[in-house]
Amino acid sequence: MKKKFPYHIIVFLFPACFIYTIFMIFPLFDTLRISFYTQDLMGSNLDNTTGVRTFTGINNYRILFFDELWSYHFWNALKNNTYFFILHVSIQTPIGLLIAAFLSSKELKFKGTYRTLIFLPAMMSIVIVGYIFNLILSNLWGIPQTLLGAVGLENLYQPWLGLKETALITISLISIWQFVGIPMMLFYAALLNIPDEVLEASKIDGSNGITTFWYIKLPLIMPTVGLMVILTYVGNFNAFDLIFAIRGLYAGPEFSTDLMGTFFYRTFFGFQHQLGNPTMGATVASATFGIILIGVLLYLFAFQKRITRYQY
Amino acid sequence: MRSYQEKINQLIMHSVLLLYTLICMFPVYLLLSNSFKKRKAIFKEPLSLPSEETFSLTGFTKMFSRVDFGIFFYNSITVTLITLFLVLLFGAMAAWALSEYKFKGNTMLGLYLAFGIMMPIKLGTVSVLQVLNSMGLVNTLTGLIVVYTAQSLPLAIWILSEFMKQVNNELKEAARCDGVNEYQLFFYIILPLLRPPLATVAVFTMVPVWNDIWWPLVLAPSSGKQTVILGMQQYIGQYVTNWNAVFASLSTALIPILIFYIIFSKQLIRSITSGAVK
Repeated sequence: MKKKFPYHIIVFLFPACFIYTIFMIFPLFDTLRISFYTQDLMGSNLDNTTGVRTFTGINNYRILFFDELWSYHFWNALKNNTYFFILHVSIQTPIGLLIAAFLSSKELKFKGTYRTLIFLPAMMSIVIVGYIFNLILSNLWGIPQTLLGAVGLENLYQPWLGLKETALITISLISIWQFVGIPMMLFYAALLNIPDEVLEASKIDGSNGITTFWYIKLPLIMPTVGLMVILTYVGNFNAFDLIFAIRGLYAGPEFSTDLMGTFFYRTFFGFQHQLGNPTMGATVASATFGIILIGVLLYLFAFQKRITRYQY
Repeated sequence: MRSYQEKINQLIMHSVLLLYTLICMFPVYLLLSNSFKKRKAIFKEPLSLPSEETFSLTGFTKMFSRVDFGIFFYNSITVTLITLFLVLLFGAMAAWALSEYKFKGNTMLGLYLAFGIMMPIKLGTVSVLQVLNSMGLVNTLTGLIVVYTAQSLPLAIWILSEFMKQVNNELKEAARCDGVNEYQLFFYIILPLLRPPLATVAVFTMVPVWNDIWWPLVLAPSSGKQTVILGMQQYIGQYVTNWNAVFASLSTALIPILIFYIIFSKQLIRSITSGAVK
């Protein structure tokens, strides 16, 4: 008997592959293609192709990286974004680890309540979080003055979101505040997966809580830490909402909070007197694509391969 | 001696966790409590709960008289639910095909679909806008739905295929011997077995879709197609000086997610910690 052609496999796969290809893969690669073109901006609409496009090779990238008008904003956004990422990794990871380590301790009570409440901000819309902190830190309302005043440190208060030097750090801290729950949860899950025998053995060998964590648990959950770093990286270079809600599209003061996402939006849709520019927008998006891709590949080939995975 | 040391440890852990929990809850508390206060009280006693004298709903009445949040909720709920349905159905179908059938290019297709987990669809905005425009889908809810579906499918397929691999082989073979065809096998036997991972995928799909501002901002900037988050953002942009109304609109946008989280937090946390996402 001849086997029938397995039509059902195609039926099962088709809808997902179709939508994913048309609305995700095609646009991502089409954006790369558009970044090699230039377009007459006058008389063209943003969302159509009426403006005539001409092929210019890598000229857009040359403009983006080296032309005075563009390069300042590009390097500035890239620098800010890198700083944003470094702050996230260096603050969020230790806090997440500490909380997860405490939560995974056997005798602790109210674990569930702590976990639920600490994870809650991660469920909220970034835009809402941005507005809340905008109000909390605003001069008019005076919450930080009151709180600092209660411990006699009133002099420390500054309009943190409004100063060029502190705006980006403040925004990073807000973002960290919101998303600490995610590393906490992943680390917590990884810590729970460590078998009891391993911990028992270390206890018998005279290890205390801190040495057990440092020399046994932490190395065992290193793959999860790596995963968290790369997830943070992708998320950070894709960030837009928080800056948009707190500082608007101008990412002020003086572009000190500009990230790749806000820079991309301004380039594509235009701002002040500058017209929206789809081909330069595509170039900024493609540059971001490249940055994210480099990070992901580094993670997959350098980190993933080297790290020891323990099977229990 | 030992128990003394243990008590100290417990004390330290509880104080750190309690402190951090307070830091997490403080802004949420400020928002919710102040949205039910009179304007004067918001500034005079921002930290206290609304009392009999300070309680007021002016923010909400003002907001609802100016904007029709009902339409925003209708839009958000429609978009989120239809996206959810499509992602669960198509995602489960694809995950099933990938994990059950051996065919040429299976691994490659799996990698192709996994690519989207790491690559944000936002970077394709320039082209998505062209595609949707050529289909006449700009400024429609359908446009939002297809983009969100495309964006959510990769993670859904990945999580679901991990679970599909664990489904008992004998069960499938027994069903096949009874003459059940592949479609019946999937829809009547496999899908019902997958309720827990489907619930996980549902949460991971719904929350980002509900909270998103980028696509509503890009695809439907006005004209009654706003989602709750975009509508709130535009409203605040206009009435930024009216603190009552600002608090009320932020609370209105936040409360649905809070309710959702209160109901589903147990399942959500269990599914994360039991290894649904690794």
